[in-house]
Amino acid sequence: MFRPMRDPGAPAAAPLRFTFDGAPMTARAGDTVAAALLANGVSVNRHTPVSGAPRGAYCMMGVCFECLVVIDGVGNRQGCLVPLEEGMRIETQRGPRQAEALSQEIGA
Amino acid sequence: MTTTSTADVVVIGAGIHGCSTALHCAQRGMKVVLIEKDHAGRHASGVNAGGVRQLARHVAEIPLSNHSMDIWHRIADLVDDDCGFVSDGQVLVAETEQELAVFRERVEDLNLRGFHHEELIDAKELRRLLPAVAETCPGGVVSRRDGAAVPFRATQAFKRKAVALGVDLREGVRVTGLTRDGAQWRVETAEGDVLAPKVVNAAGAWAGRLAASVGEPVPLEVIAPMLMITGRVEPFIRPVVILRGRKLSFKQFANGTVLIGGGYLGRAFPDENRTELDWDKLSQNARTVWELFPVMRSATIIRAWAGIEARMADEVPVFGPSAKHEGLFHQFGFSAHGFQLGPGAGSVMAELVATGATNVPIDGLRIQRFQTAASA
Amino acid sequence: MNRVTDVSALKEQYDLVVVGAGPAGLSAAATAAELGLSVLLADENPAPGGQIYRAVTTTPVQRREVLGEDYWRGQPIVQRFERSAADYAARTTVWTVGRTELMSGGEGFEVGVSADGQARLIDARHVILATGALERPMPIPGWTLPGVMTAGAAQIALKSAGIVPDGRVVLAGCGPLLYLLASQLQSAGANIVAVLDTTERGNALAAAGALPDFLLSPYLAKGLKLMLAARRKLRFVGGVTGLRAEGEGRVKQVVVERGSARETIACDMLLLHQGVIPNVNMTSAVGCEQVWDEQGHCWAPKLDAWFGASVPGISIAGDGAGIGGAESAALRGEVAALEAARRVGRIDEADRDRRAASVRATLARAMRGRRFLDVLYRPAKAFLAPKDAATVVCRCEEVTAGQLRETTRKLGVQGPNQMKTFLRCGMGPCQGRLCGPTVTEIIAEERGVAPAEVGYYRLRPPVKPVTLGELANLPKTEAAVKAVCR
Repeated sequence: MFRPMRDPGAPAAAPLRFTFDGAPMTARAGDTVAAALLANGVSVNRHTPVSGAPRGAYCMMGVCFECLVVIDGVGNRQGCLVPLEEGMRIETQRGPRQAEALSQEIGA
Repeated sequence: MTTTSTADVVVIGAGIHGCSTALHCAQRGMKVVLIEKDHAGRHASGVNAGGVRQLARHVAEIPLSNHSMDIWHRIADLVDDDCGFVSDGQVLVAETEQELAVFRERVEDLNLRGFHHEELIDAKELRRLLPAVAETCPGGVVSRRDGAAVPFRATQAFKRKAVALGVDLREGVRVTGLTRDGAQWRVETAEGDVLAPKVVNAAGAWAGRLAASVGEPVPLEVIAPMLMITGRVEPFIRPVVILRGRKLSFKQFANGTVLIGGGYLGRAFPDENRTELDWDKLSQNARTVWELFPVMRSATIIRAWAGIEARMADEVPVFGPSAKHEGLFHQFGFSAHGFQLGPGAGSVMAELVATGATNVPIDGLRIQRFQTAASA
Repeated sequence: MNRVTDVSALKEQYDLVVVGAGPAGLSAAATAAELGLSVLLADENPAPGGQIYRAVTTTPVQRREVLGEDYWRGQPIVQRFERSAADYAARTTVWTVGRTELMSGGEGFEVGVSADGQARLIDARHVILATGALERPMPIPGWTLPGVMTAGAAQIALKSAGIVPDGRVVLAGCGPLLYLLASQLQSAGANIVAVLDTTERGNALAAAGALPDFLLSPYLAKGLKLMLAARRKLRFVGGVTGLRAEGEGRVKQVVVERGSARETIACDMLLLHQGVIPNVNMTSAVGCEQVWDEQGHCWAPKLDAWFGASVPGISIAGDGAGIGGAESAALRGEVAALEAARRVGRIDEADRDRRAASVRATLARAMRGRRFLDVLYRPAKAFLAPKDAATVVCRCEEVTAGQLRETTRKLGVQGPNQMKTFLRCGMGPCQGRLCGPTVTEIIAEERGVAPAEVGYYRLRPPVKPVTLGELANLPKTEAAVKAVCR
């Protein structure tokens, strides 16, 4: 999907590690979750609740809600507005929130 | 153009009540003019919770509500649209044993009066109907024929059918005066007057002013009940849930979105067609859901809003002929629970307008009750 | 500037709350704080700059020529704000602005903010909404496929993360940003296989009348240079009348129509853009009257000379007030802040007018040539209201153009608010941002009336979704506590 541009002047900070649907990935500290996924070649981050169609980030500025993902168990997060953190567990947002998964998440 | 037109009946206000009355009058062959200051369904009728509920109604309303419910169950026959009506029942949840005891008395009382739509249920049946409800709730009351519809869509369907039957709908026209003109009523508007022997006041939050202008003041408060809706959540509940102790109504649609209400009030500015939300109260509303349905805790609130409507001091509508004037009828003040009554009230009102009488008992709803109180 | 990371650390009340940290919001907040107002600037992004100056203080892109000199003009604007005494809440969503009676007396606003899963209500005497623009939706068949993004999205990825689209990239649409992005991506090393221009041939003629003004405008130098550079170095396909993105599970190719001619171009990414429009969601949810802007072919808030909206105490600055570009946005922010300062009693009218005079002169120059661009790059009908019935218009609820047209005809739908109740378009999480303009356009076309007559969605708070948990755990406001005690 995306790749880092070649910029000899760019500072080389240690990358952050995270997982997407269990697969280990790394990205630049300072990236948003959506940018980190794009940089790792992830084109699909959610399936729509209506038809299950695959979708990927679209506007990157917080208006389209296509980059919704589950982050550390919490769904409906806008990936383009959340800065990536070390060890984040990111998952595909599948359809509507599953009531059962949800109740486990919050320990109810 | 300011010509004067004539009609058999003028209905003022094109909410679901005005539209339904206009429709039923047209079915009876009357020439109907329906006048609306904004557009049909702009206020309470278009933005309410859509509850189609017999459950927990005031006894005075039950006959009208029963009549209405029969119509809801064949609504498409009447308006050529199912209005999004689904009948999965409504459940009044008891949060404590004391509450359940009160509900038991109520159901027994209704049974004695010959009403059997409310049914007391125990914890087991409650859990069967609402698996996600908090485990501490000991039981409740169910009204199984109840359900919900899509309010704006329903009001539009009534409007369309009324117009198809020949009703002269005038939207964006404000009634500026209501006066006697010989045996007729003169309904004054900026777009011309309408002369008719019969007038129905179905002006919702604005009906009190109209009634007062003809010497029938009523204790009507303009309110703005608030609602909120969530994004899609995996379907987990079918009936509508209501509480009594704390304020809540809770309905999940088939598409997964959840409507949360309960009668918390925002601020109403009827002269500006404007409402302002009170987020402190919506927070309390959300808190109740948080406690009752843990599965909802990370659902997202997508929209919140408030409609403008009329609440009577006794929270019972004003329905029936004027106490003072021949040919004037009132149909307002439904106090945040009028949507379900719309279809039936329109049918009964049309009967009243056409024949002067109805077999459906409406005695407890008449405007006289306020005059009696005032003169007493 | 005082960075506030926890909403509980915000003040109970500010003289001024500014929403959005683009050029307009930054300048407004700085101006007001310099005049002694207590100011909060709240913004969703991690760093100031908005979209045009996105990540200008944090970007990993070090080669200045990649993003161009115009981009770096954002630095002094941010620096001025950083020197001010304003509070700055980054990564903070403003989800409601409602009219209220302030505890301190008088009319004001209740502002709902949320950060890190914690929501809070604070009071403001005056509010400046600087929520900017968004890209006009470009609903072509297949635009929902992964691998299709807006041109602005690719630009944001470049600015904020230093990443460029991989593989074969196609850009399609019209407007200055498209050419700017083509040149930026190219110098960042992207493989742009084609730029497909949908500008209608007739537009150039129509725009000719506005040309003299444009020749005096700041757009001229950069705009023409960009377009010429893009044309020289890239495959530039003009006169495009139809586009279709195709692929299974992600975009593989784009089918291009130029009149009766048809061509298929294989690609890995398709970037769409047909201009920007004011983001009206918040301004409209607050109750500010919107009017149809014929020249910009979009809805925009109704404003007075001080960028005051129809709701007293709300000002709207920057592109959210009508598209004017970055330079004008900063100036409009300044003007709006001067009026806010007058309104809260910090400066008098004469002082306000004196301070505003020089800003207004610069503003007039900055706005020159806008009309030429609006007319030249007015999107073609085919890309505003798709004819193809299966094309998705509402991306959230997956409502198609065909459904919208049929419902308009069969049910006599008059406007978008009625349409919502039948099809749920605009009822998803994006709250109509990505479908509103198209829904208006399609209803207008089917009814044979102007978009202005059809209207727009009546928007409701929360302007951005809040979770039930955030709402349930809202700290009690002073007002609520008093109401209980009474």
